[in-house]
Amino acid sequence: MESSYLTLLSLIVFLPTAGALALAFFPREKTEAMKIFSLVITAAVFLLTAVMALPGKGNWQFNTSLSEMQKVFSIDWIPSFNINYFMGVDGISFPLVILTSFVTMLSMAASWTIQKHVKAYCMLFLLLETGMIGVFLSLDFFLFYVFWEVMLLPMYFLIGVWGGPRREYAAIKFFLYTLLGSVFMLIAILILYFNSDLTKLSHEQLIASGVVSSQLDQAEQSRQIAQLHAKSNAVHTFNILALQQMGQHTTVFDSELLFGKSLQWWAFLLLLLGFVIKVPSVPLHTWLPDAHVEAPTPISMILAGVLLKMGGYGILRICYPICPQAGYDLAYFVCALGVVSMVYGGFAALAQKDFKRLVAYSSVSHMGYVVLGIGVWSAIAGTQYNSDAWKMGVNGAMFQMIAHGISSPAMFFMVGVIYDRVHHRNLDQFGGLFAKMPVYSGLAIGIFFAGLGLPGLCGFIGEVFVTLSVWNYNKGLAVISASVVIITAAYILWTLQRVYLGPEYKGPHGDHLHPMNARELAIAAPLLALAITLGVYPQSLFSYMTPSVDRTVQDLADWTRKNDETARPKATAEIDGAEPSATVVQQ
Amino acid sequence: MSLSDLINQLVIDTLGSTAAFRGELVLCGTIVLILLSRVFNLTSRVDSFYVTLAGSAVALYLAGPWLTVEPVGGSQQLFTGLLVYDSFTIYFRTLLFFFAVLFAVFTRISGVPDRDAAPDVYTLVLGATLGMCLMASSNHLLMVFLSVEMASVPSYALAGILKGRRQSSEAALKYAVYGAGTAGIMLYGISLLAGVLGSMHLPTMGVRLAELLQAAKLLDGTNMVLALGGLMILVGIAFKLSAVPFHFWCPDVFEGASAEVNAFLSVASKAAALALLARVAIGFGSIAVPAVPATQVAMFSVSEQAATAQGAPSEAAAQTATPKIERSSQIKALAPARDFLARVLAFTAIITCTFGNLAAYGQTNIKRLLAYSTIAQAGYMIMPIPAAMVLAGTNPEAAGAAMAAMAFYAGVYLFMNLGAFAVVAFLRNALNSEDIADYAGLIRRCPIVVVCFSVILFSLIGLPPLAGFNGKLLIFSSLVEAKLWTVLVIGGLNTAISLYYYLRVVKIMTIDPEPENRIPVSLSFIPGTYVAAITLPLVVLGIWWNNLNQFALSAAAHLF
Repeated sequence: MESSYLTLLSLIVFLPTAGALALAFFPREKTEAMKIFSLVITAAVFLLTAVMALPGKGNWQFNTSLSEMQKVFSIDWIPSFNINYFMGVDGISFPLVILTSFVTMLSMAASWTIQKHVKAYCMLFLLLETGMIGVFLSLDFFLFYVFWEVMLLPMYFLIGVWGGPRREYAAIKFFLYTLLGSVFMLIAILILYFNSDLTKLSHEQLIASGVVSSQLDQAEQSRQIAQLHAKSNAVHTFNILALQQMGQHTTVFDSELLFGKSLQWWAFLLLLLGFVIKVPSVPLHTWLPDAHVEAPTPISMILAGVLLKMGGYGILRICYPICPQAGYDLAYFVCALGVVSMVYGGFAALAQKDFKRLVAYSSVSHMGYVVLGIGVWSAIAGTQYNSDAWKMGVNGAMFQMIAHGISSPAMFFMVGVIYDRVHHRNLDQFGGLFAKMPVYSGLAIGIFFAGLGLPGLCGFIGEVFVTLSVWNYNKGLAVISASVVIITAAYILWTLQRVYLGPEYKGPHGDHLHPMNARELAIAAPLLALAITLGVYPQSLFSYMTPSVDRTVQDLADWTRKNDETARPKATAEIDGAEPSATVVQQ
Repeated sequence: MSLSDLINQLVIDTLGSTAAFRGELVLCGTIVLILLSRVFNLTSRVDSFYVTLAGSAVALYLAGPWLTVEPVGGSQQLFTGLLVYDSFTIYFRTLLFFFAVLFAVFTRISGVPDRDAAPDVYTLVLGATLGMCLMASSNHLLMVFLSVEMASVPSYALAGILKGRRQSSEAALKYAVYGAGTAGIMLYGISLLAGVLGSMHLPTMGVRLAELLQAAKLLDGTNMVLALGGLMILVGIAFKLSAVPFHFWCPDVFEGASAEVNAFLSVASKAAALALLARVAIGFGSIAVPAVPATQVAMFSVSEQAATAQGAPSEAAAQTATPKIERSSQIKALAPARDFLARVLAFTAIITCTFGNLAAYGQTNIKRLLAYSTIAQAGYMIMPIPAAMVLAGTNPEAAGAAMAAMAFYAGVYLFMNLGAFAVVAFLRNALNSEDIADYAGLIRRCPIVVVCFSVILFSLIGLPPLAGFNGKLLIFSSLVEAKLWTVLVIGGLNTAISLYYYLRVVKIMTIDPEPENRIPVSLSFIPGTYVAAITLPLVVLGIWWNNLNQFALSAAAHLF
């Protein structure tokens, strides 16, 4: 069993690397063959993930009824530092893996316009895919960090070599920001590692976190666990699931570190910093407009479609479950980050003259929903630890990540299509495209509406879920986040009006406005189709992710209740404790 | 004890020491061989490169961990306590001999030195390497001083080896004057400490210091003298490490000397200086595990069975049992010394690292840039030593791991800097230039070398999955264990700072367009292969670093 999971997940992660190595042996002038080969590789990876998504109970199929990690395997990698080659997938990571392989495939198809140094481009592109998928699949913190960083170098070169006029500035800015964030993340990882202690975990927790494989028979499990518990020294670990268990069920991360704040408070903050730079949240977003605008179209698609999701994924998978106390204390801070990004990104988008920059700022605004949805810690004493609203928020945030991962690459692609023809992106010089390119304009309007969050399209579901859940948490924030929809509508509709409507196109290169070709259509159409499918039938996505999301949130809600009970004097706890059970009976 | 007894003891001691010293002896033999071949005018017929290569390879084979003479009791004193032989010695000696082998091959490929100068250069290099081996195993302040000088004096000559080049001579002079000054200060510091503590044998000095601190017999004045003496010794080591503020020689020497010499100075010299710093810091900050003197070792081996019959080992065991309790209380008593060392070294590390990285920004000459990078890297490599000092009193295992982090990084650093300077030397041969600007667009001409150089630079930044990252991870780990938050945060920020200038070199080589009027650049197959062979370990050690880590951990296992 484990070996078959090992094959499957390793294949998904490292097939692109193998492809990149194979590309090195292609003759330099066979550029078309290289592109086709890369496309085949990305398509193969997508196919593998698609096989996982198929309904069924096969060994390689993703089981939607399970909320735990599945397809888990673990192999010793660096035993002297307790590092394992440890991967697995659950409802939180799986949709993102599929999204990654899908967007990567489409953007490889969109890379046909690349003419310069094709070999290097394809190799870097494939290495990038390894890094991205690896981040979502790894369950060992060290492995996670390695993949996180592996992504940076290809991205730097992809922006720096194939980008627009200010590409070098944009590339180094992107690199510096992310590296700074990841250095802080590394510090947090080490702090957590050196304070973790596997011997503090119980039998069930050790099995649940994959420290002791659940595939072994019971006698062997008990033997290994007894061996572990017999150790007198602390046994440190990079196992993310074990760290989650420690964060929620033990006190190893509660000791004071600096300035009266606990260890997990600092770890949370440092990790959050690393992730929020990636999301990005205001005020750490300034790398994004530059990187997105300067990057070539396919790389913008990847940046917007996948890279930003890593921040949200990290917050949900790592920050909150490992450091719940800190998350609880800083809930308002996280929500504020989200709301500020939503508002600021929206207004900034309104002010843009550059088409691509506008789409970039819309990403800042849309990703704000993700941070807000995750941060809505509504399971508190006042709500009887009812986690429903929070579950809704996190589900919404996850949905928003996927929806944005579809609409935003599509928007960037649409901008790229028109840029390839007229070689400018000045919003004031467009107009009347509908008359010249009706199919393109139709698709683009559909896609932009998906970004706007029109009901029936994918953007709507996530936004509505998040906004509704915030209502239960803080009405003020809910009002603000709901009104952001108006700003969004304003900049998108105004853009549509300036670009597609109007009597006729008066900008430069008007004679180049020929209709979309088949390749472009084959990239845009699936994205729009997916945007409509998810908008009309969101259950198709929720069925994959809800069990895991609900479980994660429920664990945190349980932690809150337990934490409050131990913190308060016993007498009041008993009175309060009686109430929820009574309401349950009434229901 | 009569004179004949003394002589007898000395003979036994010396004979008992030679087995553990045979790597160095082979090196000595090689040096003599090269000098003799010079005297008898054989150099025209026998290329001294082959003698050097064979000598250092044999030394590596004899001294390496695969064929080693087990140190008795984990740690063994050689030559009446002047040197110490333990797994830490083995690690650094292996590193130095391995480097000597790689270095010989490198000089052969790059063609500097030419055949006439070769015997001189190889003699100097091997002599300096010998001194560095002694640095790494010093157990006595006299030995500290002698070994530092033995490593330095050949280095001064090496820096000026490019005859007829003004810059080179200037660099050598600057280096020598600076070195002489710091050597004087160091000697003064040694005399101060020896005067107060009544010995120059490091473990004995540690015990004396502990006794003084325990009995609280220190007058204010003595305190100052001790601190001053310690600082002065550190000045000598800081010079070898090119730590700020004793780094001024470094950029000038690196710019003036050839890239080959730079590789030697930046790798071997630095590794030995780090080992020496670790030795001295442990000597004053902690009581080393009581080392077995060579006389005893010899007697054990000669009359082992007889001794067992007479119950001698039980006597020896009884002797070591009492010191054990004493040792832990002495280690406790040394806390102020450790604290002092940790503060001074942590401060030096931070300043060195930050200064090196910031100064590297404006450089246009690749050798100057790498010189500042070397300074910054020295800062990183010093960091685990204060961490070890902080941990030594409470958690000996973690303190050992901190030293292991330093040793690991030194091992990785060998490949990084040797590779970097090899590229610089080969490109100098091809381009006749050492300006970064002249590297523009080189990826179109020699893609393999440029890719390798980029990998080396990324490893110097510390990006995974390259070996440099793992080294940094281990160093940062030791800082977390020791709770040295300031050092940790500054070290982390420095990583981000250093990104910019390393990446600038990569950017110029890969992204920038080629200059139009460049002479055709071509690198033959062999240099490319050499660079690739040096770079490959960085990738391999980046992914499978367990073995090196374990080797480093075992090297540091007996230190605390």
